[in-house]
Amino acid sequence: MSRIAETFQRCRAAGRTALVPYITAGDPSPEATLELMRAAVAGGADVLELGVPFSDPMADGPVIQAACLRALEAGTTPAKVLEIVAAFRTEDTTTPVVLMGYANPLEAAGYEAFIRAAAEAGVDGLLTVDLPLEEAGEAAAAAREHGVDLIYLVAPNTTPERLDAICAAAGGFIYVVALKGVTGAANLDAEAVRRHVEAIRGATDLPLAIGFGVRDPASAALLAPVADGVVVGSALVQLIGDHGGAPDLADRLRDALGALRQAMDHARSGPREREEAP
Amino acid sequence: MPATVESQRRAMPVEGPVEGGTPVGRFGRFGGRFVSETLMGPLEALTAAYEEARRDPAFQAEIDRDLREFVGRPTPLYLAERLTRRAGGARIYLKREDLAHTGAHKINNTVGQAILAARMGKTRIIAETGAGQHGVATATVAARLGLECVVYMGAEDVRRQAPNVYRMKLLGAEVRPVESGTRTLKDALNEAMRDWVANVDDTFYIIGSVAGPHPYPTMVRDFQRVIGVEAREQIQAAEGRLPDAVVACVGGGSNAMGIFHPFLDDEGVALYGVEAGGEGLDSGRHAATLTAGRPGVLHGSRTYLMEDEHGQIIGTHSISAGLDYPGVGPEHSWLKETGRAQYRVITDAEALEAFHELCRYEGIIPALESAHAVAGAVRLARELGPSKVVVANLSGRGDKDIQTVAAQEGIQL
Repeated sequence: MSRIAETFQRCRAAGRTALVPYITAGDPSPEATLELMRAAVAGGADVLELGVPFSDPMADGPVIQAACLRALEAGTTPAKVLEIVAAFRTEDTTTPVVLMGYANPLEAAGYEAFIRAAAEAGVDGLLTVDLPLEEAGEAAAAAREHGVDLIYLVAPNTTPERLDAICAAAGGFIYVVALKGVTGAANLDAEAVRRHVEAIRGATDLPLAIGFGVRDPASAALLAPVADGVVVGSALVQLIGDHGGAPDLADRLRDALGALRQAMDHARSGPREREEAP
Repeated sequence: MPATVESQRRAMPVEGPVEGGTPVGRFGRFGGRFVSETLMGPLEALTAAYEEARRDPAFQAEIDRDLREFVGRPTPLYLAERLTRRAGGARIYLKREDLAHTGAHKINNTVGQAILAARMGKTRIIAETGAGQHGVATATVAARLGLECVVYMGAEDVRRQAPNVYRMKLLGAEVRPVESGTRTLKDALNEAMRDWVANVDDTFYIIGSVAGPHPYPTMVRDFQRVIGVEAREQIQAAEGRLPDAVVACVGGGSNAMGIFHPFLDDEGVALYGVEAGGEGLDSGRHAATLTAGRPGVLHGSRTYLMEDEHGQIIGTHSISAGLDYPGVGPEHSWLKETGRAQYRVITDAEALEAFHELCRYEGIIPALESAHAVAGAVRLARELGPSKVVVANLSGRGDKDIQTVAAQEGIQL
């Protein structure tokens, strides 16, 4: 069983919604990322989503665009991102790492070569935002070959036919896009997300993680009872952007994760069990 | 006789969409639909609406009427006699897209897409623009059809194309400067895509070039084909035969695709795209994507790109804002790969020289984009020699560029 499947199974058994933080690898510097990954796990993260920076992140809002730029200016390359993951793997063998990025760096490296190297580094899943099902053939073949889960997005406007095809091809988990918009947008409608998640449940047994638009502990708590996982990106990336040079950056990130963790656990277990929360 | 849209269709190969796990909109290995899942539904809906519309004679008739009565088509094909004498070679004809309403070929496409938008019940139009010509052409049709219009423009381009920014505002459009990335056309396109993702229910995104995800490269080319259809008839009327070569500048490549496409099956007609050489290929400051780039994925399609070894898009340079783009329409990548078209490079300095030549010898102030095509045509005319015929696409007029040209001479207007 893959690390991703094991993790979601363990969370499900514990009545816990997986917390999936996104940070852009190499922001503020490639050297800082490993410590931020550790801090995220210490704060209660179950799965780590690591952004591979791209110069033209079309599906991302201004916060992650700026992070991509900082990471690129700090000299982050796809190969460096894999080095970071390999270093993380020497000390953490249980927390799944998913790379999230765009197609062109993979095109430049070659899908087969990059995915093979990613698997060797200890990457568990790959989400390429601008590789929809129709364009993912080469990546899918390489991912299958090297045991990496290819993770797909499902959007609010994905048709039932596409949903079935995506679920049939997907590995790891389904990334449910909570809203029509870019990452970090503000128009989250929890009830609409709940209905959307129910529809997807009818099409797959894969875990469902919701992302785009989860801004704070309150919105994470709203979605926690609905999904198997909640992805928080822009809010954390904003924190890193605001405090990139601060000596206590990792502590701040750990505390932010802790607050999200607590809010989500509270939402799952109800007020009476509040004292059990860490 | 003006070419009807119906007559354009006959020569058009159909890359019909094959949905459900199969790549769509391919030109060989180029093209496709590399976008996030949120845009797949809207692109499928757009493809279906366009396929339905282009088979509807009423849609064709509406476009034909607007091109004739609003845009002023057909545009003339003009024998540039003094330029020809000066070049000392083949006869140079200019396809006068600069005489189309709003001063460039861009309006051919915006008329078509805006009519399609209205047909789809959309009430809001967005667009990206580089030089501002596409933004002006979009604002123009939006005003005429009573649609809300937002144009994204790189902050750097807002600075160097101030007259066009004001024209868009006069036409009722909101111009949003884009401060991200290199603050040029590619960033404007990113931002327009982000807007579209968020507002897709009521918004139609009018892409200005033969770039982007399927169906845009095909659809925009279809709307621009009228240039080549007219030119092909006009040159035969003037010369009694087809030309030896057709030349057009290539940024995203819509004016070039428009004039090339009806000649694709004419084996004796050589096709030349002219890319922006900026300060020279060796300087690294240029936008010659097909000449110096390599294939990758940007803005929804696989095509030639300007990128570094890690697949990051690199900044481009051209004196002409409309050519300052690190990608190119995927059909051009295919024409390059198959060898059907050849792509050459004209530098800023050469384009400026051609700009002045056309002003002084023909009484035409060309857009700096089009000046690249003129320079390419002059060079080609010399290579081919007398008795040959070259058709160059004069894609736009240069009023918007006089500040840039003046600045080159140290003159403050």
